[in-house]
Amino acid sequence: MSDRSFSVARVPGFATIAVTAFVLLYLPILTMVGYSFNASTSVSEWGGFSLQWYRLAWENETVKAATARSLIIASFAAVISTAVATMAALGTTRRGSFRGQTPIYVMINTPLMVPEIVTAVALLILFGVVRQVTGYQGLGYLILAHSAFCIPFAYLPIRARLEGMDLTLETAAADLYATPWATFRRITLPILTPGIMAGAMLAFVISLDDVIITEFVKSAGQDTLPTYMLGALRRQLTPEVNALSTALLALTVMLLTAFFLTTRKRN
Amino acid sequence: MSIATEAGRERQTARNGWLLSAPALFILTAGAIGPLLIVLVYSFLTPAEYSGVEWVFSGEAWFRVFWKTDIFDGTVSLNDTHLAIFWRSVKLSVTTTLITFAVGLPTAWFIATRPPDQRSLWLFLITIPFWTNLLIRTFAILEVIRNDGILNSMLLGMGIITEPIQLVFTDTAVLIGMTYVYLPLMVLPLFAAIDRFDMRLLEAGYDLYASRWAVLRRVILPIIRPGIVAGSILVFVPSLGAYVTPRVLGGGNNMMIGNFIELQFGQGRNWPLGSALSMLLLIVVTVALLFYVRAANTDRRDV
Repeated sequence: MSDRSFSVARVPGFATIAVTAFVLLYLPILTMVGYSFNASTSVSEWGGFSLQWYRLAWENETVKAATARSLIIASFAAVISTAVATMAALGTTRRGSFRGQTPIYVMINTPLMVPEIVTAVALLILFGVVRQVTGYQGLGYLILAHSAFCIPFAYLPIRARLEGMDLTLETAAADLYATPWATFRRITLPILTPGIMAGAMLAFVISLDDVIITEFVKSAGQDTLPTYMLGALRRQLTPEVNALSTALLALTVMLLTAFFLTTRKRN
Repeated sequence: MSIATEAGRERQTARNGWLLSAPALFILTAGAIGPLLIVLVYSFLTPAEYSGVEWVFSGEAWFRVFWKTDIFDGTVSLNDTHLAIFWRSVKLSVTTTLITFAVGLPTAWFIATRPPDQRSLWLFLITIPFWTNLLIRTFAILEVIRNDGILNSMLLGMGIITEPIQLVFTDTAVLIGMTYVYLPLMVLPLFAAIDRFDMRLLEAGYDLYASRWAVLRRVILPIIRPGIVAGSILVFVPSLGAYVTPRVLGGGNNMMIGNFIELQFGQGRNWPLGSALSMLLLIVVTVALLFYVRAANTDRRDV
């Protein structure tokens, strides 16, 4: 594009609004990160640098248990949703379209469209009945619910990767007498891996972040990190929540950076 | 190739497609879609005394969504408490959508017109808040607008105000919070649309003596319409069903429909009413999405 069209593309005031938007977007987050290192007990007064809130959070057994629970649920949900999403993507993406494909798309994307609070009360009712009948109180409910709403997030990058894939590679493998399984393992899967990794990472982040569905589905004493934080807010807002938020934020940013690097390699 | 094998191949593709999708569809049915049917059934049952339902058919819950009966003389009137909550939800969601558009369009335009080597950095900067936990971002904005938060201490320090502005637990706080948390959802689809926009059209517009305003209104906005519709839906739908932001920033008196639904399953102890409200929310969201699909299809036909 020539330089001239760039001056045409400049709309007066747009850059100012945009930069202001970026500043306003980051100011609260950065303030929160800053105050998580605050030595003062007050949430709004700066009392010098300190790691005490991190230490406090680290020594808090409830926080530790909630963190462990969050990570366990997110890992299970990421693995399960990515596995089934990969299969679904393989089944729906290539070799032409077929009747019934649209219902499958709609079902896979339902969690993106239904308001979370509606799914949350729906699961509250269903799992309430199941709990009563079976007596099971474990993490299974949360893992099932998280796996379900993570599926579309895992599916989309995998499908995008498959759509960009050259089908002739598989035909070539078949021509060279590779069995369908060998073709899948040696050709399709390696090409698909970045998409699968991206999907799994997104699913992990989405599961880790969930508040509403977890809040309604969890049994007594099954707080995850976000629901613990929401509960902590109801009691009193302490800088400990800042420290937890910052830690969770750091984890998200790390995963996202990894995600960007994986998808970037493709280009 | 004969027609028979062609049809046979298509049948096999369909069979493989369904077989491979089956596990995903099973999990979705058990953990997301199937339970919605139970909510529909529950909305036609009678509330049990403590919580849960009694299996007696009743249209009472749906009736109570909009109307109420006076306990003394039995007269029926519109339920203004419920209507006030619906109205607040719609008002706040529409306003959030409009503000995020007004801010999101310049932001998306700015990102799309950066030199290619800088563009992915700016895009990354908008993606981080997008993927950051909604609860964390709501906390962050809470710390800014609290009575003893940064905004008030700064304004007090500069002598602009003498008393802290009460923002938290007002509709304004909910509006600020939702605008803040949903802005990236508006920017990303707008960026995708502007990124495909052919900047030569602007040159053509200016060559034909169009003013900046005319170019914006007659050239840019019509062409990026799919992005505008997508961004508006992506902001409007979660705003309407918002739960975390109004709960943290609005407090108990500024409920939106999501919090009101939760109330029915908690202290309200009226599961059928909560179910009916959930279904109502689902219907409104579905209508909005159908509108979006229609708008998107119309665009495709035009091009």
